[in-house]
Amino acid sequence: MAAAGETRTISEYIVHHLTNLTYGKLPEGFHRHDGSTVPEGGVWTLAHGGEEAAAMGFNAIHIDSMIWSIGLGVLFCWLFRSIAKKASSDTPSGIVNFVEVIVGFVDNTVKDTFHGRNPLVAPLALTIFVWVFLMNLMDLVPVDLIPYTLELIGVPYQKIVPSTDPNITMGMALGVFILMLYYSITVKGFGFVKELTMNPFNHPLFIPVNLFMEVVGLLAKPFSLGLRLFGNMYAGEMIFILIAALFSAGVAWMVPAGLMQIGWAIFHILVITLQAFIFMVLTIVYLSMAHEDH
Amino acid sequence: MNLNLTLIGQMLAFVAFVVFCMKYVWPPILAAMAEREQKIAEGLAAADKASHDLEMAKEKAVERLKEAKEEAAGIIDAANRRANQIVDEAKDAAVVEADRVKAAAQAEIEQESNRAREQLRGQVAALSLAGAEKVLGASIDAQAHADIVDKLAAEL
Repeated sequence: MAAAGETRTISEYIVHHLTNLTYGKLPEGFHRHDGSTVPEGGVWTLAHGGEEAAAMGFNAIHIDSMIWSIGLGVLFCWLFRSIAKKASSDTPSGIVNFVEVIVGFVDNTVKDTFHGRNPLVAPLALTIFVWVFLMNLMDLVPVDLIPYTLELIGVPYQKIVPSTDPNITMGMALGVFILMLYYSITVKGFGFVKELTMNPFNHPLFIPVNLFMEVVGLLAKPFSLGLRLFGNMYAGEMIFILIAALFSAGVAWMVPAGLMQIGWAIFHILVITLQAFIFMVLTIVYLSMAHEDH
Repeated sequence: MNLNLTLIGQMLAFVAFVVFCMKYVWPPILAAMAEREQKIAEGLAAADKASHDLEMAKEKAVERLKEAKEEAAGIIDAANRRANQIVDEAKDAAVVEADRVKAAAQAEIEQESNRAREQLRGQVAALSLAGAEKVLGASIDAQAHADIVDKLAAEL
């Protein structure tokens, strides 16, 4: 990667925007970007470039994703908690109204879809909806604004949209998956095993076939859940970056690029809301399925 | 697309936020909303009841008005009747009084005329005596002719 200040090619610009700020352990013997070699026992450090990040493997953490994701989660908790403290049966006003509309909307969605009794599902759905929405919302911040500002003060990489990081979306999807397994086992007990082995062909001979199909179906749920959100947001972010790259193509491109930027941003408002909603609804549906005993 | 510790970090953060939301966010907001819903339902019911009461009160008022009107009409009727009665009674009394006064006046008139007649009778006797004295030129024994004169006078 080129250092700040040097002229970048378009592809370098795009790759730079798609690289997380990664802190992790480089394996020993790895040749670093500045020519040095990692000493014995490896070293914990900030990755410079995709190669170093890839070399770190699982022993790395995306600092930018974590900070933005947890920051937005804290924002959600703080905002809703402050409203919850103020909430009373008197006439609501201003932001209280807004929060209550969201809560009421989530509550209705949960009531429509989830028929069991579980005090966890509705707060879970609310958290997912608002949190994912806030993370997606970062996509509407101009792509260069925060990364470039941070680069000027010495932070080499910054991806400010947590939901374009598969670790973030899959982390949430896996959390939902664990809940699905937990409720399937506690609610259905042995019925869960039966569901995995005796569907769709109810015959002992078909148990391996059934098991294979059902396990694949089961595993597909968290993957589709996490990768759908990741894919949508990643693609959206990519288009923003491409449009931003158009600005460097010359003065003649500035007006069309600006119009495209506005058009895509407006369309993206729909996408980010829809993706947050889909993530929430599918979570409710999966948990509802986990509660239903056949 | 590097899967790394961020995955675990995000899961932990997810759990923390969901637990926080479940404990401190969801219950108070939902409780407040449910309470308000109840309040509104009660308010609507009260409004319904109030409008129903109003209707009933209106009906009652109309009824009372009708009653009052009837009563007033009855009172006026009675008063009219009473007035007529009083007038009639007064008329009767007046007629009786008038009759009495008339009768008294007639009696007095009769008495008066009788008295005048008596007086006249007495004077006629004296006058006729005097006249007869003058006619006869002689003294007529008043004593002797008294019965004649008396007869004359009685014929008056």
